[in-house]
Amino acid sequence: MSATNISVTATEEQLLYAKILEKGMYFGLLLMFVTFALYVLGIMPAIVPKDMVAEYWNLPVGEYLETINHNYIGWAHGPTGWSWMKLIGNGDFLNFVPIAILSGVTIICYAAIVPGLFQRGDKAYGIMAIAEVLILALAASGLLAVGH
Amino acid sequence: MRNFALRMGGAWLMSGLTMVLSPAMVYASEATAASPVPMNDGTAWWVWPVVLFVVTFVMGIIAVLGGVGGGVLYVPIISGFFPFHLDFVRGTGLLVALSGALAAGPGLLKANLASLRLAVPVALIASTMAIVGAMVGLALPTNIVQILLGATILGIVVIMFTAKKSDIPDVPQADSLSSALRICGIYHEYSSKQDINWKIHRTIPGLLTFIVIGFMAGMFGLGAGWANVPVLNLMMGAPLKISVATSKFLLSITDTSAAWIYLNKGCVIPMMVVPSLIGIMLGSFVGVRILKVAKPTFIRWMVIVILSFAGLKALTKGLGVELF
Repeated sequence: MSATNISVTATEEQLLYAKILEKGMYFGLLLMFVTFALYVLGIMPAIVPKDMVAEYWNLPVGEYLETINHNYIGWAHGPTGWSWMKLIGNGDFLNFVPIAILSGVTIICYAAIVPGLFQRGDKAYGIMAIAEVLILALAASGLLAVGH
Repeated sequence: MRNFALRMGGAWLMSGLTMVLSPAMVYASEATAASPVPMNDGTAWWVWPVVLFVVTFVMGIIAVLGGVGGGVLYVPIISGFFPFHLDFVRGTGLLVALSGALAAGPGLLKANLASLRLAVPVALIASTMAIVGAMVGLALPTNIVQILLGATILGIVVIMFTAKKSDIPDVPQADSLSSALRICGIYHEYSSKQDINWKIHRTIPGLLTFIVIGFMAGMFGLGAGWANVPVLNLMMGAPLKISVATSKFLLSITDTSAAWIYLNKGCVIPMMVVPSLIGIMLGSFVGVRILKVAKPTFIRWMVIVILSFAGLKALTKGLGVELF
């Protein structure tokens, strides 16, 4: 990564990042097609019946969660954060899995390039990559979810 | 064959526009906003996802031909003319922009057009601020966000009108920060068959600008290519191709951080997200093919008109004014 190594071809970590991003993207998209088919074809049951979804998508998210929780789930609180994982046996919430994969693949990409950056003495970028992993992990954790 | 393709492309675009801007859509939107109880008009459950798929398919074509990201079209149009609440539209808009960036990112990185060295410091700032933007956007009342969205879209229209582009900006000397971080590179320009050495300047002001860009991306779920490219290209001096490619790749990081906030908050309805993603991706594939025969200037004007209309609609909807 030193200035003398600059060339027309991409750097090692850039190629590694691209490789992981590509695999994660294809896997996520493929899974999205499969899970959506399982949902809309009625192969898996849904928490919110398909013909009722349109009744709720005009509501603010807080009200939406409260309503579907009251009508179909019956928890103390609506399904926020990672609590949807408890509902993935249902077609509608199973679709959150590929969405989470597509949203999470960048974290893996960053984590993968950290060792190489430090090995090559690129401490500044190594530290920035770690910081990015931490920030994205914090966003993904659900700790920052706030409402109206 | 060429004329046929043009006619088909035009027909698709017109039918899509007709559908997007039809009074039925306006009625649906207003009826929903006015109704304190869920709508039940007897429409079959599959109708809206199919309509969403068709509209996003057309949107995908227009986005490619107009040189804009899917998110910037998706959020104002879908929130203005469809019955979905803005919370879900923004969450889906981010995922639309994210999926486009994920699809393009690997190829751009491998071709060394997207620069990881340029993207990493920018993404660190933009993704952090996108989280803050998403949290603020979800905490503010919907009408305020709608008004700000309308103003932002109209601002984007002004940027599209006025922003210039520079294929290879003149950067006499790299500044000290970009030199220290070794943000520079070489890419092969096929049109001139030359290897282009590039470096950047004004790194600190450029990075600071991404505080605002990241915040707005998270707040409105728009993606941010409309802002990334001018800043990377005109302010920081990266070549246009590097700016466009790095901007596209950047969205995969910026939008990821904000998407997690929306996902954790529950702003994701698969019945909206999946048809939108599939529609916009298939539309983008078709758009790339039509691009060979389309007239970019006309399409760009069309995008400006659509965005102006959608921006005004968002503004008036937020203000509670029924202008159209």
